[in-house]
Amino acid sequence: MDLLLEGFSQALTPTNLLFAVIGVLLGTAVGVLPGIGPAMTVALLLPVTYNVEPASALIMFAGIYYGGMYGGSTTSILLNTPGESSSVITALEGNKMAKAGRASQALATAAIGSFIAGTIGTVLLVALAPQIGPLVVQLGAPSYFAILLLALLAVTVVLGSSKLRGFASLFLGLTVGLVGTSTGQPRLTFGQGQLADGIEVVVVAVAIFALGEALWVAAHLRRKPLEIIPVGQPWMSKKDWRRSWGPWLRGTAYGFPFGALPAGGAEVPTFLSYVTERKLSKHPEEFGHGAIEGVAGPEAANNASAAGTLLPMLALGLPTTATAAVILVAFESYGLQPGPQFMSANPTLVWALLASLFIANTLLLVINLPMAPLWAKLLQIPRPYLYAGILFFASLGAYAANFSAFDLAVLLVFGLLGFAMRRFGIPVLPLIIGVILGPRLESQLAEALAISQGDLGTLWSEPVAIVCYLIIALLVAWTIINVVRPASRREQDATPTSETREGANL
Amino acid sequence: MSVIAAYTPDEFGRAALEHAAAEAVRRQTGLVVVNGTRGDALVDTRYAHDDEIAALQSRLAADGVEVTVRRDVAPDVAQLVLDVAAETGAALIVVGIRHRSPVGKALMGSVSQRILLDATCPVLAVKP
Repeated sequence: MDLLLEGFSQALTPTNLLFAVIGVLLGTAVGVLPGIGPAMTVALLLPVTYNVEPASALIMFAGIYYGGMYGGSTTSILLNTPGESSSVITALEGNKMAKAGRASQALATAAIGSFIAGTIGTVLLVALAPQIGPLVVQLGAPSYFAILLLALLAVTVVLGSSKLRGFASLFLGLTVGLVGTSTGQPRLTFGQGQLADGIEVVVVAVAIFALGEALWVAAHLRRKPLEIIPVGQPWMSKKDWRRSWGPWLRGTAYGFPFGALPAGGAEVPTFLSYVTERKLSKHPEEFGHGAIEGVAGPEAANNASAAGTLLPMLALGLPTTATAAVILVAFESYGLQPGPQFMSANPTLVWALLASLFIANTLLLVINLPMAPLWAKLLQIPRPYLYAGILFFASLGAYAANFSAFDLAVLLVFGLLGFAMRRFGIPVLPLIIGVILGPRLESQLAEALAISQGDLGTLWSEPVAIVCYLIIALLVAWTIINVVRPASRREQDATPTSETREGANL
Repeated sequence: MSVIAAYTPDEFGRAALEHAAAEAVRRQTGLVVVNGTRGDALVDTRYAHDDEIAALQSRLAADGVEVTVRRDVAPDVAQLVLDVAAETGAALIVVGIRHRSPVGKALMGSVSQRILLDATCPVLAVKP
């Protein structure tokens, strides 16, 4: 408790408060705009913040992460186009509500539900993170290797409709992670001295997220505008409150654990929350025509999962969403390595970050409830202006990483890769996670085998490792069963989100 | 021969439409309503909703105006209006005009000014 109060005193300094405000404003803005997500934003801002104090920069990034979850719902409800992959489900009922003239109530239940879920999630995070710290210190290299392997596999298999595309993306990422001379001999450097240190992860992230998206938008520039539903001040009646609080709490209960598991962020819990609310609702006939429960539950779930994601990231250094992956890169660029010793080694930083999450959450509620109509105006910005700015920051960031023109060439190559991945519907998350976790997977394996002097048996010598391998086996079996099942049944099962392309999975 | 109305779903567009309809009735020609967008933003408030266009069409048809609606995505909305005018052999183009600050004009350009200057037929500029 004292630590948390100290964190608040750190986070409430004028400078840090300013960074939190900038973070939540930026986060909401990018959440509102489809195609631009918090992951891209953090990647773009990373190089710009090299000279900022780590605590301040991380407070801003946390604000962006939480803000993105809020902003996405606005676009989902008013435009039926999810601004973010986590608000795909919200669009189902939210847009129907807006069409029935209840946009204000939908926005209000989304914002208040996000606030409540975010706060509960952050309380859980604050309570659990110090407990988990001592446990993970006891894990050896074999356990880590198994956990990393499980994370890679889960992110690839659980998300997205096509497992093959997921694995293609994952192996691309692992290959990129191999580049360099970290093992003593050059691998995939093609005799290029500049590749000897490996490919800068920041440059890869900026290229895939920002450049790939910009190229994609440039290729599809002129489109018929979408019809936006005008909205006034968000508000809720007593009846709406009565119908919302249950879904908020149940959504939180789904969101936090799923966020903490390496099952890839908010898609699964938001979907589960939607299904549950449809089953439990006293007004099942309203589902499909704008039921408030169908907005309240998923919106709470996605914010709670954002808080949950930070648990494995702080305790294990294990990112489970694209945004968490990029924030992890941010930690590393400041010379901090999240993981077992991280929390005990940097208590001021960690607690300032946790305290700032509460602040960001409150700021978001205060900012978003009255300003929803204003945020909707952002959608009128012509895309060329928007993406010119993004390209500028992308190039600046890639160059600033090492001050070498070579990185600009790398940026362009990976930008084209990002464009091709969007074109062929290959998810980008496995690639980014692969680039970040691949080298760590290798070093844990090397460490485990060095300790056991080459005996492979050491890999399943720890109970945690065995549990991980069991889950991996189940996942693989489940995938195979899915492949073997008749194709016609699989098509029926496909979630009705074909409108969102994989590029929105930021 | 026809009368072209450069339409936007606001008071300026509605003023243009009203005058164009009256003019079409007086001249006993068809009315072409042009509503264009650059299509480079996700939402364009000057692009009319589907149901709005339908309502407009049935209202004008009830008044006995022979109306066609052209809704296109084009890089340059002024050019779109001029192209439709040339295509249909327009006798008159009606536009709604508004005040624009010099800065606003430099940033956004002015569709009505382009139409006024570049059209090959008479242009009627109206205010709400």
